[in-house]
Amino acid sequence: MPVKNKKLNLKDKYQYLTRDMAWEPSYQKKEDIFPNESFEGIKITDWSQWEDPFRLTMDAYWKYQAEKEKKLYAIFDAFAQNNGHQNISDARYVNALKLFLTGVSPLEHAAFQGYARVGRDFSGAGARVACQMQAIDELRHSQTQQHAMSHYNKHFNGLHDAAHMHDRVWFLSVPKSFFDDARTAGPFEFLTAISFSFEYVLTNLLFVPFMSGAAYNGDMATVTFGFSAQSDEARHMTLGLEVIKFILEQHEDNVPIVQRWIDKWFWRGFRLLSLVGMMMDYMLPNRVMSWAEAWEVYYEQNGGALFKDLERYGIRPPKYQDVANDAKNHVSHQAWATFYQYGHATNFHTWMPEKDELDWLSQKYPETFDKYYRPRFEYWAKEHAEGRRFYNNTLPQLCQVCQIPTIFTEKDDPTVLSHRQIVHEGERYHFCSDGCCDIFKDEPEKYVQAWLPVHQIYQGNCEGGDVETVVSKYYHINIGEDNFEYIGSPDHKRWLSIKGKQSDDKESGSSQDAA
Amino acid sequence: MSVNALYDYKFEPRDKVENFHGMQLLYVYWPHHLMYCSPFAFLVAPDMTFGAMIEEVLKPAVSAHPDAAKADFLGATWQLNGESFIPDANATLKDSGIDHKSMLTVTTKGLDGIAGTAS
Amino acid sequence: MSQLVFIAFQDNDNARYLVDAIAEDNPEAEVQHQPAMIRIQAEKRLVINRETMEEKLGRDWDVQEMLIDVISIGGNVDEDDDHFILQWN
Repeated sequence: MPVKNKKLNLKDKYQYLTRDMAWEPSYQKKEDIFPNESFEGIKITDWSQWEDPFRLTMDAYWKYQAEKEKKLYAIFDAFAQNNGHQNISDARYVNALKLFLTGVSPLEHAAFQGYARVGRDFSGAGARVACQMQAIDELRHSQTQQHAMSHYNKHFNGLHDAAHMHDRVWFLSVPKSFFDDARTAGPFEFLTAISFSFEYVLTNLLFVPFMSGAAYNGDMATVTFGFSAQSDEARHMTLGLEVIKFILEQHEDNVPIVQRWIDKWFWRGFRLLSLVGMMMDYMLPNRVMSWAEAWEVYYEQNGGALFKDLERYGIRPPKYQDVANDAKNHVSHQAWATFYQYGHATNFHTWMPEKDELDWLSQKYPETFDKYYRPRFEYWAKEHAEGRRFYNNTLPQLCQVCQIPTIFTEKDDPTVLSHRQIVHEGERYHFCSDGCCDIFKDEPEKYVQAWLPVHQIYQGNCEGGDVETVVSKYYHINIGEDNFEYIGSPDHKRWLSIKGKQSDDKESGSSQDAA
Repeated sequence: MSVNALYDYKFEPRDKVENFHGMQLLYVYWPHHLMYCSPFAFLVAPDMTFGAMIEEVLKPAVSAHPDAAKADFLGATWQLNGESFIPDANATLKDSGIDHKSMLTVTTKGLDGIAGTAS
Repeated sequence: MSQLVFIAFQDNDNARYLVDAIAEDNPEAEVQHQPAMIRIQAEKRLVINRETMEEKLGRDWDVQEMLIDVISIGGNVDEDDDHFILQWN
C-alpha cells in the first residue's frame, strides 16, 4: 500500500486550525477577553495540551455532516411518501415520540445555546473549535428531530405545540430545569455536566437501545434521526472524556471540584433518565431489552470501565451510584405509574400493559415486578374494565431539585418513599432522595428559585386554579384528544381504522373525565 | 456551601407563603399506599381545622383506594415533619403547628395497600 | 473487573465492511447484532486499520469516513491517518 502524502495529515491539519489560526492578544488582557474562565476555581496552566482525538477540521466536518444529512432526509422523504406511520408496530408507540419531541428535542436546542455560549468563554482555541462544532451538531439534532416528527404530527395528536409545552407543562419542567441548571453554571461545570456526565456516561441509554427499539417497532424515521444524531454523539462523547482528562491533568486542585460536579450531574442525569426507562419498558410495543438490561450494559459495564480508567486521576465513581444501580429494577415502573395516574395532564396517552406485556415485565424484573408493581397495575386494569379508569385528582409533591414528583423509594425498602426534608433559612424544602437533597445543600441559593409547576399552579400563575383550565389554556393540551387513556382515544380509533378494524365503543375511556 | 458566582448571588425563595394569597401548602403522605405515587400537595387555609382537613381534603383525595373506606384517619398514627404528632380535630392547622410546606405522614396500621403490596 | 471498549455502527452496507475489518484485526472481539445496529466489544482495545478497510473495499478509505456510520463508542480514542483505536489504559 502506498503511503498517503498528497495532503496534510490529520494531525497537521488539526494543528493549523486550532493553534496557528489563534493568536495571543496584544492590547487587551486575556482575563478581560475571557472573564468567565477562572471563577469556578478550575486552574488551566497550558491550553496547548487540549487535543480532539478525532482531529476534526472544518473541511472534514462539513463534508461528513453534509453526507449524513443527505442520507437522513432521503429516508424522511421515503418514510413520508410511503406513509411509514402505517407500518409501525402499534400506535401506542407514537406516544413515546410525543414525549421525545416535547422533552428531548428542546434539550438539543438548549445544548446548542449552551455550547455556543461556553465556546466563547475559553481562551484555548482547541476548546473553542470543539464547542462550536458541537453547537452546530446540537442545532442539527433539534431540527432533524422536528422534521422527522412533523410527519407523525399530520396523523396523531399531541405533537402540535412542543416548544410551548416544554416551557410550561409540569413533567417537562424536569428536562427543562436540568438543562437550565447546566446552562446557568460556569463553562467548566457545563462541560462536565453535559459533555461528560450526560453525553459520555448517560446518553447511550437514550439513543442506543431506545433507537434500536424504534427500528424494532417499524419507525424508520426515528431510528434514522436517532442514529444520525448519535453519530455526532460519538464525537461529543470523545470530547467529554477528553475534557475531563484535560481538566484533571491541568492541576490537582481541579480534582475535588470535578468530583463534586460528577456526583451532581450523574445524579441529575440518572433522575432525568427515569423518563427513558419508562419509554423503553412501557412505550415500545416490540421490546428489544429491558431498562434494567440497558442500565447494566451502558452504565454498570461501560460506566464501570470508564471510572476505572479515571481512577488514576483520583476520581471515584459517582456518589449514590449504588442507589442508582439498585433503582434499575424500579424506576421505569414508578414513572409509568405516575404518568398513568396523571394521564389527564399529559400530551400523550397512557394505558395498562396487556397480559403478555405484564408477563414480559415479570420475567425481566423477577425480584420486583410481581412483588411491588403487578398487583397495582392489575387493580387499575380491573377498575378501568369496570368503567372507573383511575386518575389521581390531587397534585403531587415535587422534588425541589429534579422537579419529579417524590415517587422514588428507599434502596433497602421499596415500600417506603425516599422522601427527604430540610429547613433552609426558615423555609421548608422537600426532596426525592439524598442525591437531590445534597445537590440543594451545595448550592441552596440556586434551587430556592426553582419554578415548581405544582406550586406555580397554586400561586395562580398558570391561568387557572383547576387542572382542566391549566391543562387546556396554559399547557395547550387539547382535552379529549391529546390526553387521557389510550384505549378509546382518537389516536386509538384512527389506528384501528388504518388497520381496517372497528373500534369497540364499550372500551372507550376518553369520554370519562378525570373528576 | 454556596453558589460560586461572579457577583453576590442571592435570590428570594420562589415559594414563600406570601405568594399563596393567604393560603399555604400542605403535603400529606399515606405510607403503604403507593397507588398514589407521591405525597399529595394540597392548598389549604391556615385556619381550617384538622378535622375539616381530613374530611374535606384528605378523604376526597384518597377515595379511589380500596383501603380508604376502612381507614380511621383521626385515630391513626401521625407525624408532622418527621416528628411524632397528636392531632386535635378541632384545632386549626395553624394552631396545630402545621406551617407552610409542612408534611404530615399518616400511618394506618393494618392497611397495607392493594394485595398487601404497599400499593 | 473486565474493562470493555465498544463501538456501535448502523447496520448498513458500509458497516458490513467495517465489521469484517474489525473482526479480522481483533479476533477476540465479540460482535452483537441488534435491531438496526451492530455492536462490537472487546477487552481493553479495539482497532480499525485503514489498510484492512482498503483491502475489504477495494478503494482508498479515509479513517474519518467511519464517522458517517458510527453510533456510539466507549473508550479513549486515538485516531490518525492509518487507524482508529479505542482503548482503556
